[in-house]
Amino acid sequence: MSLLEIRDLHATVDGKEILKGVDLVMEPGQVHAIMGPNGSGKSTLSYVLSGRDGYEVTSGEVLFDGKDLLSLDADERARSGLFLAFQYPVEIPGVATTTFLKTAINAVRVHRGESALDAMQFLKFVREKAKDLNVNDDMLRRPLNVGFSGGEKKRNEVLQMAVLEPKLAVLDETDSGLDIDALKIVADGVNRLRAADRGMLVITHYQRLLDYIVPDRVHILAGGKIVQSGDKTLALELEEKGYASFVGAEAA
Amino acid sequence: MAHDAPFLDQFEMVSARLPGVGTAWLDQLRSDALSRYETLGIPTPRTEAWKYTNLRRLARAGFVAAEAGDATDALAIPEGVTELDGAYVAVFVNGRYSASLSSLDNLPRNAEVGSLAAKIAEDPASLESQLGRLGDYSSLPMASLNTALMADGLYFRLADGVALDRPLHVVSIGQADEEPLSFHPRHLISLGDGSTATIVESHVGSGAYFSNGVSEIAVGQGAVLNHYKLQNEGPEAFHLSTNMVRLDDRAIYDGFVLQTGARLARNEIKAHLGERVECRLNGAYLGSNEQHIDNTTFIDHAAPNSSSREVYKGVLDQSARGVFQGKILVRKDSQKTDGHQLNKTLLLSPGTEIDTKPELEIYADDVKCSHGATTGELEEESLFYLRTRGIDRETARGMLVAAFIGEALDEIQTEAPRVAFQAIVNGWLDRRDQG
Repeated sequence: MSLLEIRDLHATVDGKEILKGVDLVMEPGQVHAIMGPNGSGKSTLSYVLSGRDGYEVTSGEVLFDGKDLLSLDADERARSGLFLAFQYPVEIPGVATTTFLKTAINAVRVHRGESALDAMQFLKFVREKAKDLNVNDDMLRRPLNVGFSGGEKKRNEVLQMAVLEPKLAVLDETDSGLDIDALKIVADGVNRLRAADRGMLVITHYQRLLDYIVPDRVHILAGGKIVQSGDKTLALELEEKGYASFVGAEAA
Repeated sequence: MAHDAPFLDQFEMVSARLPGVGTAWLDQLRSDALSRYETLGIPTPRTEAWKYTNLRRLARAGFVAAEAGDATDALAIPEGVTELDGAYVAVFVNGRYSASLSSLDNLPRNAEVGSLAAKIAEDPASLESQLGRLGDYSSLPMASLNTALMADGLYFRLADGVALDRPLHVVSIGQADEEPLSFHPRHLISLGDGSTATIVESHVGSGAYFSNGVSEIAVGQGAVLNHYKLQNEGPEAFHLSTNMVRLDDRAIYDGFVLQTGARLARNEIKAHLGERVECRLNGAYLGSNEQHIDNTTFIDHAAPNSSSREVYKGVLDQSARGVFQGKILVRKDSQKTDGHQLNKTLLLSPGTEIDTKPELEIYADDVKCSHGATTGELEEESLFYLRTRGIDRETARGMLVAAFIGEALDEIQTEAPRVAFQAIVNGWLDRRDQG
């Protein structure tokens, strides 16, 4: 069974059609990259998959682990094993990062039929994962993402992915706003989470990220459709020729 | 224009039994106040200061004066008060001091804490310079009514340099059965130069009652008063409270008001600041059902080099209504004033309403002053973010509301009351979630 099957997906935002028939199939353990120019529908796809209000699916279907994903609420999708790493992680004053992580981890664990972690177990578990990502106790104590640098926010996203152990992670422009050192730390963190039973959908504008997170498949999204798919060399080809040639081909 | 002045009949009925009757200056104070009230009448929305809080229901409720002995069945401090361990406790039932419920043993030397009525009986002369002398009551009808009818309240006095070693918990219990009762507690609080104290007020009760309190709070030079108030009155109660605060040079006042009870409540603070004073007037309000909660403050920067900080945050649900009126006056010679005010309200349902009115009046030119007010719903983006981590919608909403109000509670500079107020807020949020 495929991990993710997107069939002829159409979606509108504010009445405007953004996705115009997306098809994509991913097997467990694979990393797929979706590349596309601005306005091609990349972020819309990530929000449709994660269940954000206001993103309306008008036709098509999405099967996640063989089950209908679109009938689930955003939080049910997350508990079922879908994770979205945000392009712009949200700052939430007044909610300590640890409180947030504990609530999230236990919501997911209880859903999976596991016992909730108590305070001690939780701290041990999170500290272990946090160490690899250079996330220190001070960051964990601070309000969620508040005053975090761009790199800290993205490391915090990867930390959340690490502790929630999703089956499918959608990484929405994780490279945006990162310098090369921060990008390496984040990419290393993501690579450590690659697993035979976990898929990753890496959404990016630039090829650069794919030097560090090497994909099995690359898809080019343009005008709300996947216009070409290939292996990792497609990303290099795109880098060389630019989007215009691919987008142009679709328009013609 | 003809106006309504209910409660006048109460004066005729109870005046002969009020404490200090026959003391000339006190009789004069009362009768002057009564005629002020008679002239002004009960406030209506036609008065600018009461534009958003309508006392029509209060005026028509038929309150009768609570008398000593009306509430002798108060045998224990009820639930809903601030949980404070190891505090001195002064309890008032329907405005009257209850010796049996209070515990004021082992007070430090030169600290007087007890009943105002007892003090009036013992030594009325000592009060002449204190009672009704803190500010101008002439435009305040409800405070004037209090002055006319006051029967008891807290008498608190620290001599210069005295540190109150434990917090004082002032518990006010309202109790009414068949008859709606009214009372007019008068608290007289005075800290000598260089003294320090923490006072926590809890207002609770049951039945239909009306508490019309006045507190006169004088903080001497370099003295520190931490003053935290929980208004958690019963659901049928009316709570009006006028707080006159005078802060002498270099005084520090850390004030916080948490309002979550009563059918209609207004807490009004008038603070007069000397030089190099640090004044913090913060608060939070949690309203549901048909509650009406008003916070009105006036900060008078009457001397240079002082700072004031004001953060009021509220959460309103169902059909609750909130009012915030915050005025800051910086007089001509009050240079280097630092005054900041912020009011934020979270509206959780479409039936709620907040009227917020910030007012800065600045006559000095070298000052730093700011104000801000926001009103809104929970951020959709924040909710979505939490939900993408597996947290269900209701839990996520609860987390965001708690975070919002928690930021206001963080303003409380003393740990034990902050933790205790947080517990009150958490209880409110839990009930909301279950409701």
